[in-house]
Amino acid sequence: MNASTKHETRTAVSANGLRKAYGEKVVLDGVDLSIGEGEVFALLGPNGAGKTTTVKVLSTLIPADAGTASVLGHDLRGEAGAVRAAIGVTGQFSAVDNWLTGEENLLLMGRLLHLPAAERRARTARLLERFDLIEAAKRTPATYSGGMTRRLDIAMTLMGRPRLIFLDEPTAGLDPRSRHTTWQLIRDLVAQGVTILLTTQYLEEADQLADRIAVLDRGRIVAEGTPEDLKRRIPGAHIRLRFADATSLDAAARSLPEGTRDDQELALRVPNEGGIASLRDVLARLGDGVAVDDLSIHTPDLDDVFFALTGQPSKEQTQ
Amino acid sequence: MTTLTIAAQDSTTMIGRELKHTLRFPLLLIGSILGPVVFLLLFVYILGGPIGNGLGAAARGAPYVDFLVPGIVMMTVAAGSGTTAITVCTDMTTGIIDRFRTMAVSRGAVLTGHVGGTVLRTLITTTVITGVALLVGFRPQASVAGWFAVVGIVAAFAFALAWLSVALGLGAKSVAGANSASLPIQFLLPFLSSAFVPAGSMPAGVRWFAAHQPFTPVVESLRALLTGAPLGNTAYLALAWSAAIALAGYLWARAGFRRGTR
Repeated sequence: MNASTKHETRTAVSANGLRKAYGEKVVLDGVDLSIGEGEVFALLGPNGAGKTTTVKVLSTLIPADAGTASVLGHDLRGEAGAVRAAIGVTGQFSAVDNWLTGEENLLLMGRLLHLPAAERRARTARLLERFDLIEAAKRTPATYSGGMTRRLDIAMTLMGRPRLIFLDEPTAGLDPRSRHTTWQLIRDLVAQGVTILLTTQYLEEADQLADRIAVLDRGRIVAEGTPEDLKRRIPGAHIRLRFADATSLDAAARSLPEGTRDDQELALRVPNEGGIASLRDVLARLGDGVAVDDLSIHTPDLDDVFFALTGQPSKEQTQ
Repeated sequence: MTTLTIAAQDSTTMIGRELKHTLRFPLLLIGSILGPVVFLLLFVYILGGPIGNGLGAAARGAPYVDFLVPGIVMMTVAAGSGTTAITVCTDMTTGIIDRFRTMAVSRGAVLTGHVGGTVLRTLITTTVITGVALLVGFRPQASVAGWFAVVGIVAAFAFALAWLSVALGLGAKSVAGANSASLPIQFLLPFLSSAFVPAGSMPAGVRWFAAHQPFTPVVESLRALLTGAPLGNTAYLALAWSAAIALAGYLWARAGFRRGTR
């Protein structure tokens, strides 16, 4: 079931020419966004590209210097209250009350959302269960792991049943297992038809979760499209085969004509869309007769994306 | 629901949050009790003898402890400002404040929560201090109405210093900085008032400052009420100062809160 196809007719976020500068430093340099309801939209970019600032502007935390935006049909400037009532935000840094227990944190959210007492307790119990926090409910987040804190954080965001959720680098600082748990949580939300705007530094994360990706570079969107669109524009993904001698390399190059030869290294670079099937296909076409010394798989990362889209490595962003 | 009832409800929620914090970390209370207790014991048992003898007419024949305790009570009110500045700064430096800002929560509720929590904490700490004072020989002469007036002045002054400390906590860049910023309120101003000795006994420049700064009418009115001495206009002065500090602190805090996140 794909939620995005059902809801895409309505717009959840529409932003035109958002600008924001702190003194001389321009952080947002005319950002345009259009996100459909039920869509998962990823803002991909390195530190300092303007991802967090975009989230802060769209979630009413800070005003933009210029540009207009509407969120779920409400103007960001004139109807900030209505926007706030419909969104949920999980920021980059954990937004939990470290002096309250997990359960008290959720109940506090319920109170601030003006939910009736019975509803507060019912939703708290459900969220604790759903986020695997029952054991930790009576403890303060000081005793939690990073993954648990993040789960509580997201649970607090969901207390108000928001229609649009901002997730600012939801897996930053998490170990691989917690990262996958978080991804699964996000997929579950999507299945319920919630619109999600997430920011990430990882191409893989955007690829895994998003229907559409916008690449942010120095406060500008330099590319936008489905993960497939973007990956097609990035030449980075390939399988690299290394051989013991030139004869083997010659044989391999005949079997895999799309490959690029590197005669000095005795290597062949074969474009690869990724996945087991395409790897199996390459190996099958190579056959048993050719002795391969070494095989490595290269997937494009953020650096490849930036190099492909801007001609510059992403590292220079911070200067 | 009207905006006002929502604001009241949100503020109550935030005060509840502060009370939960206090119950979970009684250190927030003990911290502002311990200092005044040490000063109470120090002045009663070690420094009090010669000071009491030198007081003469100012003490009206009463023991020094009766002169001292109103000052210690006021110092206890002031001691709470450190806790408030620290808890506000802690809120601002963690993500929780941004969460509140992105929710449809009445804007100032988190600040009024801190102020309300401070006033309630102060009522607890000053009650404890008064208990300790009774144990070391304090014998108040206040009438029932006098006690109500004492509670009123303590609450008003606590309210005023709470807004000021909230502003200090919002302006501080770190928790340690928040604490340092509140030190003049906690120690300097109480000592440069007539809390421990009458302002009249101080050197000329300090005397002028002591006679005209807000802590002096607060302590004088508390002393008059607790010892059954004539009140004069000190209570009005104390309330006027409290109102002025509360207003200034509120405006400063509001500006600091609007400046947004760090």
